[in-house]
Amino acid sequence: MAKANVSLGGRDILDLDSLSIEEYEMILQTAAEMKKIMKRDIKKVPSLRGKSIINLFYEPSTRTRTSFELAGKYLGADVVNITTASSSVVKGECLRDTILTVQSMACDAIVMRHPIEGAAAYAAEVADPVIINAGDGAHAHPSQGLLDMFTIREQGKDLKGLKMAILGDVLYSRVARTNIAAWTKMGADVHVAGPMTLLPHDIESLGVTVHKRVEDAIEGADVIDVLRIQLERQKKGLFPSPREYARIFGLNEKRLALAKPDVTVLHPGPMNRGLEISWEVGYCDNAAIRDEVQNGVAVRMALLFLTLTGGKQIENID
Amino acid sequence: MKTLIKNGRVIDPSQNIDAIMDLLVEDGVIKEVAAEIKAAADEVYDADGLIVAPGLVDVHTHLREPGLEAKEDIVTGTMAAAAGGVTTIACMPNTKPVIDNSIIVSGIKERAAREGYVNVEVIGAISKGEEGKELAEMIDMSEKGAMAFSDDGHFVNSPRLFTLAAKYIGAFDKVLISHAIEPELGHEGYMHEGAVSARIGVPGIPAIAEDIAVARDCLIAEYTGAHVHIAHVASKGAVDIIRGFKKKGVNVTCEVTVHHLTLTDEACATYSSATRVSPPLRSMDHVEALRAAVKDGTVDAIVTDHAPHAPEEKDVEFRYAPCGFTGLETSVGVVLTDLYHTNIFTINEIIGKMSTEPANIFALKAGSLKVGYPADVTIIDLNKEWTVDNTKFYTRGKVTPFQGKHCKGKAVATMVAGKFVMRDGEVCKR
Repeated sequence: MAKANVSLGGRDILDLDSLSIEEYEMILQTAAEMKKIMKRDIKKVPSLRGKSIINLFYEPSTRTRTSFELAGKYLGADVVNITTASSSVVKGECLRDTILTVQSMACDAIVMRHPIEGAAAYAAEVADPVIINAGDGAHAHPSQGLLDMFTIREQGKDLKGLKMAILGDVLYSRVARTNIAAWTKMGADVHVAGPMTLLPHDIESLGVTVHKRVEDAIEGADVIDVLRIQLERQKKGLFPSPREYARIFGLNEKRLALAKPDVTVLHPGPMNRGLEISWEVGYCDNAAIRDEVQNGVAVRMALLFLTLTGGKQIENID
Repeated sequence: MKTLIKNGRVIDPSQNIDAIMDLLVEDGVIKEVAAEIKAAADEVYDADGLIVAPGLVDVHTHLREPGLEAKEDIVTGTMAAAAGGVTTIACMPNTKPVIDNSIIVSGIKERAAREGYVNVEVIGAISKGEEGKELAEMIDMSEKGAMAFSDDGHFVNSPRLFTLAAKYIGAFDKVLISHAIEPELGHEGYMHEGAVSARIGVPGIPAIAEDIAVARDCLIAEYTGAHVHIAHVASKGAVDIIRGFKKKGVNVTCEVTVHHLTLTDEACATYSSATRVSPPLRSMDHVEALRAAVKDGTVDAIVTDHAPHAPEEKDVEFRYAPCGFTGLETSVGVVLTDLYHTNIFTINEIIGKMSTEPANIFALKAGSLKVGYPADVTIIDLNKEWTVDNTKFYTRGKVTPFQGKHCKGKAVATMVAGKFVMRDGEVCKR
């Protein structure tokens, strides 16, 4: 598909590697306008009236799916959710046919969450509608990366030169890969730490500094991104016990004190309290976790707006 | 019936020939190779400017018959071989049912003789059903013409069973072919573990999964004295291990595929299911080690591991795709383009590894233009330019990572037992 590069109109949003810094900028500035709409009494504008968006989710999701759904609805689009557990997928329909089927219903965008890396790229090759990757396996989750960037900037921080610490399960994390790609592109100094069994082999090739102790990554950090630990990783033997994980690798108040006083703590959610993040840290003033959720809607409004309209930045939307 | 192939550059590593010569074929066998042959013939083939080589021998292919004919069958698979310049192929036993008894071996050989376009050798299973539990009836299969034995597609996970197999069939001078990948280390992996997998998020398989398995099977070869042939070697660690055992005089041979010599894991970065294969495409340091191992003789054969799949099986998400892709119709073009015209291998090395040496490993009467040998001949135009177009393939498996590749060099005629089975890319009617 030949899609123009001058704007985001008609563009598939598959990962943050393939967007430029200028494009990040356009999305974040548009999101700021969108956030104003969210704060109105009547949070609805007709910008995407007559557009239809399909949320095609092959994995369970609460915040991402709801957030995309509300984003579309606030902009006046019709949004339909397909969860594959109750669709033809259980009858054995292949991804190509599912995509072509929803395309035939004249949808304008497909927001897709899928457990396999590259599924969004595959969908983009098959389909004409805009594909927005809402997470493909351990590869990418671009709207999460953008909302994290938005949240960091909202805290008055410019990414360039900042020390960013990513803690935990990088191996299976699309959020980690997305943020590493975006943050290194923005000139931040990215550090990762966690059990070596949960860090990809050759992770240094991504341009990050690896630490075996989380304390070294946290020391002087401006931003800490705590990744969710899935409990099945422990069942697969990748670390001995939740207890040891929390004790050695979890973010608690004592470790948080090693960071800059104004450190921003991010977590893509849902949190495992007492495992990768302590109760206290999750609710402390430095935690921007609920801001992330709110900003998620604004960023997704911006993505839908920019890809489904001319793709030009807006100053004031009415 | 006499055919005279005139003025070609005859390259026959089995006789150390590399010269402009004529080749006379009569009644299906090589009659004479000489500087100038003046005998009358039914057909004179002008090979001026072309390479005349012993027919290519590909000891690692999948014909998918019986049971998996949606992927390939003996007719389409042997047509693909003929089209690609390959005169003898050996087919792997991971069919449905598995080729694990003599009646299936006989059945394939008979059907191939009746309907096939090239010579077909059959590789029987080491274990019943390739389940890795009990030995299959390998001696019985040998007596019905099985060339070698393998549980290809699976590593024989039990060291005891592989040792027993080596003792049992080694006594009958048959070769065991090892699909040497330790399954547990990579059981959740879908591509080579390295910088690319770290970046694109696809779970990786560490190269040591291959190295460990290769080391084990080399040790078993040493212990039992049986001949073990390592299939599709793809890691630098594995070739180092094999080199060491060969130096000690252990009866180990190995093969490398065309794709492992020419592609890296960067090809997986688009998540194309055409790049999913086992062993996985590896990084450039591995590719360079494989090329060096071909040069120094550690690697004995270049194969395709032609593994066709039905389109609907490959047209899926990366992880869901079965491993493997088609290779018989692209091997000569890709090898000449990426390894000959780039001065990595000489044409003599290529013909040695794609014909003479694999024939020798399995004691096949092939891979040579000696007088009295079957007249299996591949005629190659080193400079013919063409583009890989899977819509023109004879194989049923259309998926290839080389689709659209611009190639220089192609087999332009294939002769099996004195008869042309392919001319100018077109398979001849039987």
